[in-house]
Amino acid sequence: MMGAAPIIEAQGVDLVFQTADGPVHALKDVNLKVNKGDFVSFIGPSGCGKTTFLRCIAALETPTSGSLKVRGVSAEEARKARSYGYVFQAAGLFPWRTIAGNIRLPLEIMDFTRADRARRVEEVLKLVDLEGFGKKYPWQLSGGMQQRASIARALSFDAEILLMDEPFGALDEIVRDKLNEELLKLWHRTQKTIGFVTHSIPEAVYLSTHIVVMSPRPGRITDVIESPLPRGPRPLEIRDTPEFMAIAQRVREGLHAGHAYEV
Amino acid sequence: MRNILPVLVVCLVIVVLWYGAALWLNAAWVYDQAARAGTQVGFGQLVHDTMTLPRPKLPAPHQVLGGLWDGIFGQSVTSKKSLVYHGWMTLEVTMLGFAVGTLAGLILAIGIVHSRAMDMSVMPWAIASQTIPVLAIAPMVIVVLASVGLKGVIPKALIAAYLSFFPVLVGMVKGLRAPDGLQLDLMRTYNASRTQTLTMLRLPSSLPYLFASLKVGVAAALVGTIVAELPAGASVGLGARLLSGSYYGQTIQIWAALFMAAILAALLVAAIGIAEKVVLKRMGMAR
Repeated sequence: MMGAAPIIEAQGVDLVFQTADGPVHALKDVNLKVNKGDFVSFIGPSGCGKTTFLRCIAALETPTSGSLKVRGVSAEEARKARSYGYVFQAAGLFPWRTIAGNIRLPLEIMDFTRADRARRVEEVLKLVDLEGFGKKYPWQLSGGMQQRASIARALSFDAEILLMDEPFGALDEIVRDKLNEELLKLWHRTQKTIGFVTHSIPEAVYLSTHIVVMSPRPGRITDVIESPLPRGPRPLEIRDTPEFMAIAQRVREGLHAGHAYEV
Repeated sequence: MRNILPVLVVCLVIVVLWYGAALWLNAAWVYDQAARAGTQVGFGQLVHDTMTLPRPKLPAPHQVLGGLWDGIFGQSVTSKKSLVYHGWMTLEVTMLGFAVGTLAGLILAIGIVHSRAMDMSVMPWAIASQTIPVLAIAPMVIVVLASVGLKGVIPKALIAAYLSFFPVLVGMVKGLRAPDGLQLDLMRTYNASRTQTLTMLRLPSSLPYLFASLKVGVAAALVGTIVAELPAGASVGLGARLLSGSYYGQTIQIWAALFMAAILAALLVAAIGIAEKVVLKRMGMAR
């Protein structure tokens, strides 16, 4: 908040999809500022537009109206300047490339030198704890390892921002806990700004410096919670502390206030 | 080894049925001959005669094998009676036509995937082109090209290409569109160019489709070549053997040439199968 310009700034962002059943209001009047180095989680029930908003930041969707600036320029320009790494719900590794080959993909596209590529691949493999797996093919790795490789791929070209769309949604609880812990360490070490979509309250509270609570029909932000938990690595046991419970409670109330779970 | 037994059983059934059919179809001729000569034929004589006619309606399997053996090993490879010679001529044209057809299919598919206008305009014509019987169009192409001085290998290769581009086109349009939304989004997040998306994502994704299309395409190219050899003066190639066989009622020669064509097709498809295994294995896609 130190007066510096926010790295992501949304003002009055609206997005309407035209579908066969008529227009769908995916995002309505979304306003948000994200500062450099923040870990921002987007939480809400399905259909609340959290993924859509992340895709807008990545310029994979274009808002119908409103202004969305990423690193001071439009989201589209920021995409062209390769400002972010994106981690999808599925690892999406190319089956014909080895793990190292997959991580090298963005580096090849972005014309890094051969020596630089090799160095960066080694570096990020170490960062996600996959040393020695570079020569394996994706199908030889477990789901959790594949997702770690996809995070390494997003980190390899050292973009300032990391956007993650429910990256651990398909993994089991134990693997998920471990990866959450590692992700926090990684964030602390790399000082990146992270946008993280999830529908798990504990995951959002455990990871984030800021929790953005969203609600559906139309997709909008109902609450932005600044976490009082320490920045940087947090032990998993922090989830049993009263502070943690209090934030989780506030998130839950935010979700209810938005009639999130009406059926 | 367990797979060989069913194959052998099927082969055996076919051979038995074939002998039966040869006996049945050729019997009329044998009875006719016997009637003219005023003699009677017993069953043993009948079997012997129907299996050894020089120009039977349906040659027996051993006669076809004999013709095939004589055509491949019994002649010098430069002889006009050699199936190796004619097979080689056909193979040459097939490979040229197949290469041209594959290239054309590939280029058209890349165009169709990248341009909506091409998608709307090329595909209907490609489909229409395949609804015209090749037997009807081949003589016209040969005649037209001959009148502008193009003779020999190239007109025949064009007919082969005409048949083989289509499976490659259809397969590759499907294959180049195989990448899912996530993979295409991923390339967008890297701001990858269209060329990079093509070479790093679309082409590798399409390889399994490509090999399936190539197998159909190479067989089609062979058929195209043989059909094109018929009106081309019928001097060389397996098509020529078929045509001269039918002029002179040499059914054994026809069947031997047909089998030679089938063997050629099997070898070509098998070669592509081997290439497929090698490539997919090197790409880590075969488990």
